[in-house]
Amino acid sequence: MSNGFQHGFTGHVPVLRLGEVLLVTLQGDLQDSTAQQLQQDLAERIASSGVSGVVIDISGVEIIDSFLGRVLAEIAAGASLLAARTVVAGMRPAVAITLVELGLTLPGLRTALTTEAAVELLTSQGPAAGHRAAPREHP
Amino acid sequence: MPSSTAVEASLPIRSEMDLAWVRGHVRQAAGLLGFGLVAQTKLVTAASELARNTLVHGGGGRMDSAEVTRGPARGLRLVFSDEGPGIADIERALADGYTSGGGLGMGLGGARRLVHEFTIDSTPGSGTTVTVVCWASAPPPAFGGR
Repeated sequence: MSNGFQHGFTGHVPVLRLGEVLLVTLQGDLQDSTAQQLQQDLAERIASSGVSGVVIDISGVEIIDSFLGRVLAEIAAGASLLAARTVVAGMRPAVAITLVELGLTLPGLRTALTTEAAVELLTSQGPAAGHRAAPREHP
Repeated sequence: MPSSTAVEASLPIRSEMDLAWVRGHVRQAAGLLGFGLVAQTKLVTAASELARNTLVHGGGGRMDSAEVTRGPARGLRLVFSDEGPGIADIERALADGYTSGGGLGMGLGGARRLVHEFTIDSTPGSGTTVTVVCWASAPPPAFGGR
C-alpha cells in the first residue's frame, strides 16, 4: 500500500558540531527506536566532544506525542548531567497547542523560536550562567 | 481513487513501523476530510498515543478508520482494538500520571483530551477497544457534554 505520507528518519539522525554546540535537525515522522538511538548518540557525542550546548531543531516535526516528549526531556536531563545545556528550537504552534492539551508542558525544556536564537542563547551566556534565561528575544 | 478508500482503512498494529503507518494514514484521512492544521495535529497525536497503547499494552491489534457524518458535520472515527490482557481499572488508567510501562502516564488521559468523543471498552482477559471521534469543524451538539 502506498498512501504517500512522508517517511522520516530511521536509524541514526545526523549530529553536526558547530563550535561549542551540537546541532540536530529532526524531520518528518520519527520512529521510537530512532529517537532512543539519538538519545544515546547525543550523550556519547557530548561526553567525547565536551561541547557546552545542544540545539535540537524540531521545526520539521509534525507531531510530538508523549513518547517523543519524554525522549526530548530525557536528552536535556542527560545533557545537563554531562555539563551541556539543551535548547529545543522551532516548535510548530500546532505542536505546542497539542502538547499543552496532552498535559505535557515539559517544564525542564528550554526552547527558542529559531535555531539561530537557540545557538545565540547557548553561546551568549557563560557555561555557568543561569539556566532559566528568557529565550524569546526578538531580533 | 475515491476519497472514501483513503479514509476507510483497517491497519495492523504489530510493530513500531506500523505506528508510523497509523500516523501517516490518520494525517492523510484528516486532511481529506478538511481538518485544520491544529485539529489534524491533535488527532494524529491522539492516534499515536492510542496505537502505542495497543502495541505495548495490548500486545498488538489494529486500527480501523471511517468517515462519520452528523447533519452537515464530517468527522473521522478511529477504533483501536486488541486482544490483550485488558484494563482492570479504567478510571485509574485514564488518570494523568498513571503508567504501567515506560511512558509519562499521559497516554490514555491525554488522548481523551485531544478528541471530541472517546469511549473505552475493556474486559480483563479478552482485550480493549478504544473508539475516538473528531469532527472537522465544531463538534455537533447531539451528545452534549464532551
